[in-house]
Amino acid sequence: MAFDSFQDFLAMGGHAPYVWTAWALTAVLLVGSVLYARAERRQLLRELKRRARRERRAARETDVEEGA
Amino acid sequence: MSSSNTLDRPLAIMEPHGGLGVALIATLRRDLTLMLRRRSEVMNPLAFFALVITLFPLGLSPDPELLATVAPGLLWVAALLATLLSLDSLFRADFEDGSLEQLLLAPQPLAAMVLAKVMVHWLLTGLPLALMAPVLGLMLGLPAGSHLILMLALALGSASLSLVGAIGAALTVGLARGGVLLSLLVLPLYIPVLIFGAGAVQAALLGDGVAAHLAILGALLALAVMLAPWAIAAALRISVNG
Amino acid sequence: MWAFIHKLGSPKWFYGISARLMPWFWIAAAALILVGSVWGLAFAPADYQQGNSFRIIYVHVPAAFLAQSIFVSMAIAGLVFMVWKIKVADMAAAVMAPLGAAMTFIALFSGGVWGIPTWGTWWMWDARLTAMLILLFLYIGVIALRGAFASRDSGSRAASVLAMVGVINIPIIKYSVDWWYTLHQPASFTITSRPAMPLEMWAPLLLMVLGFYCFFIALTLMRTRNEILRRESNKRWVRALAEETP
Repeated sequence: MAFDSFQDFLAMGGHAPYVWTAWALTAVLLVGSVLYARAERRQLLRELKRRARRERRAARETDVEEGA
Repeated sequence: MSSSNTLDRPLAIMEPHGGLGVALIATLRRDLTLMLRRRSEVMNPLAFFALVITLFPLGLSPDPELLATVAPGLLWVAALLATLLSLDSLFRADFEDGSLEQLLLAPQPLAAMVLAKVMVHWLLTGLPLALMAPVLGLMLGLPAGSHLILMLALALGSASLSLVGAIGAALTVGLARGGVLLSLLVLPLYIPVLIFGAGAVQAALLGDGVAAHLAILGALLALAVMLAPWAIAAALRISVNG
Repeated sequence: MWAFIHKLGSPKWFYGISARLMPWFWIAAAALILVGSVWGLAFAPADYQQGNSFRIIYVHVPAAFLAQSIFVSMAIAGLVFMVWKIKVADMAAAVMAPLGAAMTFIALFSGGVWGIPTWGTWWMWDARLTAMLILLFLYIGVIALRGAFASRDSGSRAASVLAMVGVINIPIIKYSVDWWYTLHQPASFTITSRPAMPLEMWAPLLLMVLGFYCFFIALTLMRTRNEILRRESNKRWVRALAEETP
């Protein structure tokens, strides 16, 4: 360990604001990218399902019309 | 049926009489004539150049020593911006009246035709800027010894600026508000020319050797002449067909 | 051979194979970044000149490497798209750009933050930071150009041309900026011009760089898959897939 205690680790020898802001931004952007990608996927699948439902309903309705 | 030789081959692969050389000269003459008719388009970048230079003593400081020190950079940045201003109209008129589309359909290699157009642009934009620069340099207190280098560096550099800028102009000619996007695309690519061009003038100011700077400017120009026409041609096809 | 390459470009095939590859890259990324971070933050010895602020290197350098590599990858993908008309290549190029811009921003931000205790200022016109800033503009340009066209295909092709033009210019810009700054700042301290780093310092850096690369690959695979769903939404296999997934 390069530090004597957890407090020392957090304090980073006085450089805490610099080290932790840089790392925090990195973490936010990396994790954020992953969350964004997952949300994107969910939204796309939702939209695809919605379209499929609409198409099925439309097909059923025209069937009914044609049958009647 | 005609028995003439020229009609034995399908029309599509018949070369127009005279081939590439004729086409190039024709393009050069056409573009020169058209641009000279639109005199304001030729004068605008020059007026802009002068205006921007005038702003600096007002915005920075009228101190002649300070101005003389920063003069090379100021002149180059102003010339760069003036070139940028002139780029938007490089292809726009031809795009709007359909002659660009005709150029794309012509049998001559588009890269060569495009090179001719850019050369005209340089003759009527970059070269006048280069010739005008020493006058503005005097106003900024640039010592007389560096004026020749200033002109030479600007002449060489502005040719590269026209070529590289034409890529951006070709990519954005079909877009509604392509002007701002054009600046964003092209300015990063201008930086090497700016660095070595301004560096040449500064070296001349200090009495150092300028050969290296001018050689690099020449190399950048050679690279631009070899590669840019292809990119411009590809970009024009995208803009016209898109 | 050509059949193989075209199969490679088939969105459906790519979707299938990326499903199997992706988890490995996520695992590798997580492991490498975790180990590298802990090692770099807590176990690597502090720099004798800069103290603990040097630990920023463990995010700054990987981000800078990725920023440049992603641009090159984007340009190659654009080339593949233009020459062989492989749509998946363009989809990959489209999703790479924002991540590349984010990496560039991380490099700039961490570089600036690092500058405060080191040089006393958060922005320094030095070669590396300036080149990163220019790279950020190039990324923004590619993203903006792609979105400016009404037709998606035109946007794709324009972005490809610009990426290729940009990639040729990047070494030229870097060289000229570097040359300019060495001329004007003779004795400035640069981030990597230091006595050779001991293993305890550069080993975690290597892990972080590899971890970032794996992250880039994993995220690109994931977002390219999304892009496939988006662009191929009319295809039967996509519709079938949508019905199957809960």
